[in-house]
Amino acid sequence: MSISHAPPDSPGPDISGTSNSEAPAPDAAGPASPALQPVVPASARRTRVPRWLRRTTGPLLLLALWQVLSATGVLAADVLASPGRIAQVGWDLVADGSLPSAMATSLRRVAFGLLFGTVIGTGLALLSGLFRTGEDLVDAPVQMLRTVPFVGLIPLFIIWFGIGETPKIAIITLGVTFPLYLNVYAGIRGVDAQLIEAGESLGLSRWGLVRHVVLPGALPGALTGLRYSLGIAWLALVFAEQVNADAGIGFLMVQARDFLRTDVIVVCLILYAFLGLLADFIVRSLERLLLQWRPTFTGR
Amino acid sequence: MATDVHRTVTGPAVHVEGLTRSFDGRAVIDDLRLDIAPGEFVALLGRSGCGKSTLLRILAGLDRDIQGTALVPRRRAVAFQAPRLMPWKKVWRNVLLGLPGRAERVVAERALDEVGLGHRVDAWPKTLSGGEAQRASLARALVREPDLLLLDEPFGALDALTRIKAQRLVGEVWQRRGCAVLLVTHDVEEAVLLADRVLVMDGGRIAHEQHIDLDRPREITDPRFAALRARLLERLGVDTAAAAA
Repeated sequence: MSISHAPPDSPGPDISGTSNSEAPAPDAAGPASPALQPVVPASARRTRVPRWLRRTTGPLLLLALWQVLSATGVLAADVLASPGRIAQVGWDLVADGSLPSAMATSLRRVAFGLLFGTVIGTGLALLSGLFRTGEDLVDAPVQMLRTVPFVGLIPLFIIWFGIGETPKIAIITLGVTFPLYLNVYAGIRGVDAQLIEAGESLGLSRWGLVRHVVLPGALPGALTGLRYSLGIAWLALVFAEQVNADAGIGFLMVQARDFLRTDVIVVCLILYAFLGLLADFIVRSLERLLLQWRPTFTGR
Repeated sequence: MATDVHRTVTGPAVHVEGLTRSFDGRAVIDDLRLDIAPGEFVALLGRSGCGKSTLLRILAGLDRDIQGTALVPRRRAVAFQAPRLMPWKKVWRNVLLGLPGRAERVVAERALDEVGLGHRVDAWPKTLSGGEAQRASLARALVREPDLLLLDEPFGALDALTRIKAQRLVGEVWQRRGCAVLLVTHDVEEAVLLADRVLVMDGGRIAHEQHIDLDRPREITDPRFAALRARLLERLGVDTAAAAA
């Protein structure tokens, strides 16, 4: 072969010559072809059982085990009542109206506590988040008070406010205020300075900056704070209602304890869990509604 | 020691005289003088840290710790290197943000149409590509109908192909609107492609001025283009192949 002497515009003979003379032998030169396997599409690999069914199987199995243990006498009734008995008692409590009225009382306390706590916590966070003077005045005292366990204040609150509704709502308010304060404050201070500057360059006034840039930017933090606050609100409710209450879910529980009614106690616990789930659902819905702009990972 | 930033100008679109800006005693802008005529496209080149972005921020009114005179039009707008769209506002609300009075959605639609983004009016910023976000940011600047458009390396973060399109778009918009433009960039080619006048900043002043009188649209392959580019690169301390040969 004389490739170097071939004219550049007629490569034909060279190429055909190469392919003719040096056709690769199938066994000698070329790499052995690997064994192939099909890539199974993800949809084909999924099981037929729907997800909700798989997810409910675990709790149902647990419930069945509990029923079996109770029925065989391994789990004594005065230690923990059987699921069937609990369902029966729950139904009775609903039927005679004591559970709905207790729930209404408790919900009202939580609602008022949340309302006051949200107003105070968010208000203080706005003061110290938006203004430097506010930060100097507000932040240090709040950080100090935050470290006091709010449950420890119950005796003091009873002395101050008596044994009516006020100390209970005050305890919930106190519990709710701090997580909201911390998260809203952090949210405000975490707003991207570049966006603030962009807002300034667009001619936004000070209030316009707060309304269009700072507050929306602080919203994710605020909702995280709300989530913490709701959790703490139930906790505070349990504490507040077990001291000197004459109505509410906590009062039902204290009464049941005095009569060794584990079935009633479990009904109340289930109610607490249900209310907690409901609160979480509400915050999740709020987040889905208000934070749909967020470019974050949402899971696969 | 006057520090007027907000006065309407009758003569030039920008008049800067004796402008000084110091950071911790070090003058980043030192007794700078600059005039931009209405409708003029000026590109500002310089090594990083030479103060070109600081100058732009001063003209935008974002940096007011200055000494000297800086007169700029009341209606001015900035497009930053990052698009800086508010992620919690849909594109059209971002465009209208900060406009005085109750602005209509149609106004935003018109501006977005102008930058070829009419189909993304209702999108969330997170769903925009880099080029689209930058165009939305440009629409947000244009909707203010500025007499002075300040561009702070607006193509810096874009990929090569998108950058070419965006540069072309800015050129078209400028010719249509006739506003004065100050483009801060480190891309010499971009400066020669778009500007009437290229300034090189060094040591806190305008160290070099180059009028570009090539016909538009300009071609990178034009030998005069290459010569201008080489001269500017030399000014910036970069030896080109032509200069080395």
